[in-house]
Amino acid sequence: MTVMYIASITERYKSLGYAPYRWFYAEGPPAFQPLRKPLSESRLGVLSTSGAYVVGQVAYYYKDDTSIRAIPNDTPTGQIHFSHITENYLENPRKDPNCIIPIDTLRAAEADGAIGELAPQLFSCMGGVYSQRRVHEEMIPALYEGFRSQAVDVALLVPM
Amino acid sequence: MSLIARFLEAQGIPTLCLASAFDIIEAGNPPRVVFLDYPLGHAAGKPFDHENQRLVLRDALDAFEAIGEPGSIVRLRYRWSDSDNWKSQIGNPSGNDVRAPRGTEPVYQTEADRKAAERSSGAHSPT
Repeated sequence: MTVMYIASITERYKSLGYAPYRWFYAEGPPAFQPLRKPLSESRLGVLSTSGAYVVGQVAYYYKDDTSIRAIPNDTPTGQIHFSHITENYLENPRKDPNCIIPIDTLRAAEADGAIGELAPQLFSCMGGVYSQRRVHEEMIPALYEGFRSQAVDVALLVPM
Repeated sequence: MSLIARFLEAQGIPTLCLASAFDIIEAGNPPRVVFLDYPLGHAAGKPFDHENQRLVLRDALDAFEAIGEPGSIVRLRYRWSDSDNWKSQIGNPSGNDVRAPRGTEPVYQTEADRKAAERSSGAHSPT
């Protein structure tokens, strides 16, 4: 049995008097792009929707922030902080960012040869944006451009 | 996240979602999913448990290469604890999923972060 997040969050919003969050329900099967080469020869990009930012960067705001941050892949985890509407889930990430944005783990995987290369910049944003239109029109194009600029072969996406 | 994964994949970038909310990721049906049955906030492993983090990522990368069927969800076998008590706490609507008020001012983890960001933007002369 897994946790029923949609049901419990929907109920919570109702009790707080918030507008209902519109969960994304996919229509139809996803596109599928087979890997072109082994991961050991691939450049891997990363997106975390945990609201991670590097100290010195502007944090996220909580009302439909569609902006993204670029996190250099050699950032010490002590310099990675978080702002996200679901602050209660950040208790451990704030102590050890690797449990939600596995930056040290990925550097070790690169050193071991499990991945060819970690992209120079990882990306982060905040989830929980009400407007799917704004996700489509603002967040997704920025992320796609970001991944293209990093010339990634594959992308690891770690939702909050 | 599923929206983003489906878009990137359609543009030719293979994606893997490493997720810990099964119902949310299942609804979004992205191309490849590895599901880790840990509380939200720990999709990449337990805090300060480097061996656990290493194993989770290793298994995720293995699945990335192995999945051939669009929409596949691979479940990892790791357990957060011997008991599943955390699930009833976290899934309870009156539990601890506290949503902060939605405003348009940045919310910094620390006040020092705010000052650091203000110094940075000053140094780079904002447009």
